[in-house]
Amino acid sequence: MLAKRIIPCLDIKDGQTVKGINFVNIRNVGDPVELGAEYSRQGADELVFLDITASHEGRKTFVDLVKRIAQNISIPFTVGGGIHELKDVDTLLCAGADKVSINSAAIKNPNLITEVAKNFGSQVATVAIDAKFENGEWTCFLNGGRIATDKKLFSWAKEAQERGAGEILFTSMNHDGVKQGFANEALAELSTSLSIPVIASGGAGTMEHFKDVFTKGKADAALAASIFHFHEIAIPDLKEYLSNEGIAVRRSI
Amino acid sequence: MRIVIIKYNAGNIFSVDYAMKRLGVEAEITGDLEKIKAADKVIFPGVGEAETTMNYLKEQHLDTLIKDLKQPVLGICIGMQLLCKSSEEAISGKVDCLGIFDEEVKLFIPDAQTHKVPHMGWNTIQVSDSPLFKGLPENPYFYYVHSYYATTGKDTIATTEYIHPFSASLHKNNFHAVQFHPEKSGKMGEIVLNNFLSL
Repeated sequence: MLAKRIIPCLDIKDGQTVKGINFVNIRNVGDPVELGAEYSRQGADELVFLDITASHEGRKTFVDLVKRIAQNISIPFTVGGGIHELKDVDTLLCAGADKVSINSAAIKNPNLITEVAKNFGSQVATVAIDAKFENGEWTCFLNGGRIATDKKLFSWAKEAQERGAGEILFTSMNHDGVKQGFANEALAELSTSLSIPVIASGGAGTMEHFKDVFTKGKADAALAASIFHFHEIAIPDLKEYLSNEGIAVRRSI
Repeated sequence: MRIVIIKYNAGNIFSVDYAMKRLGVEAEITGDLEKIKAADKVIFPGVGEAETTMNYLKEQHLDTLIKDLKQPVLGICIGMQLLCKSSEEAISGKVDCLGIFDEEVKLFIPDAQTHKVPHMGWNTIQVSDSPLFKGLPENPYFYYVHSYYATTGKDTIATTEYIHPFSASLHKNNFHAVQFHPEKSGKMGEIVLNNFLSL
């Protein structure tokens, strides 16, 4: 049976992990390569690395970092941030990334999804959507949630699928950082209306929230950052809990 | 031991090379016919589209070369699918492949409520008694990402259930193949790659 995936997400700036990470036994807590390897050992099913560097120099550091991550982990990983054109995707895949996550660039230029899928295959094209529920509807946002667009969550996700996206990574801006659970109602609607996998993001606070996102939210995977970084929830414990709750997770690592 | 990873117009060749390095093995990535022929072990990896890749293999004369190989060969993902008889992943709806295995490669039909396509993520395999799977625990998880699958038949040595059972692994003579990505499947994948290297 296909397992539900647990995905830690790391924000990278100038080659270092940004959010404070509270692992004991790691020499350099900011080193994304060591952190990636540690999450991999703990049984993470996949990793997401987001580059939040603005400068050109920082960008080169990131590509070099992707290469070192690829050499040191044996699980799939997705990279996102700063992808504007096909060439950026090619550079990251050649460095060893398995998938790329496209967010703002896809909204500004939806054809980029089509091009990525055509050139590298749908499995490479993860479309990330940041959306906020207000006035009775889910509106998509650009640039890390700073700029509202005229795109709506469900129709945009459907269009991304039709253009060849391999999965949708949906972050609810209402739930992100609040730790009160995922946007299960919207996730369930999204997941049943699409034929590609949905990764849920935003709102993880307890192990029960993960159970709910897989059962009520019908998500295929769940992504979280701080609860893993700060050891509030350890991945092996989470998987044991989910398994006891009857949810298929990968235990043989 | 000379290990060659066949280089062709498909992605994801690096991750196989990285996996070899983690096992302490140096492999050569090459499309050179003589070097491939002379290798002790050949890995035929990749992520790509069947028809385009078959055309490329023919242009480079890699199609007849691969069919005639006598040393152990490991096909991974599209590499496995191309070793089958035919694939539906073609503009015309069908492309002839290398025909080592009798199986046909077909498109998964999604069922949005329970099964998405691509089949993406970790799934278990039911293994038979094969040297490729020596030392694995019961029902181990492997990483998959694919929209097309090989049917099951006499060469099937492992199956996975998704929508219906399909061939997770095929074996005939010196040809071994897996649909999953051992290079992305953690410890379980390392066991399979090590087993292949010790064949």
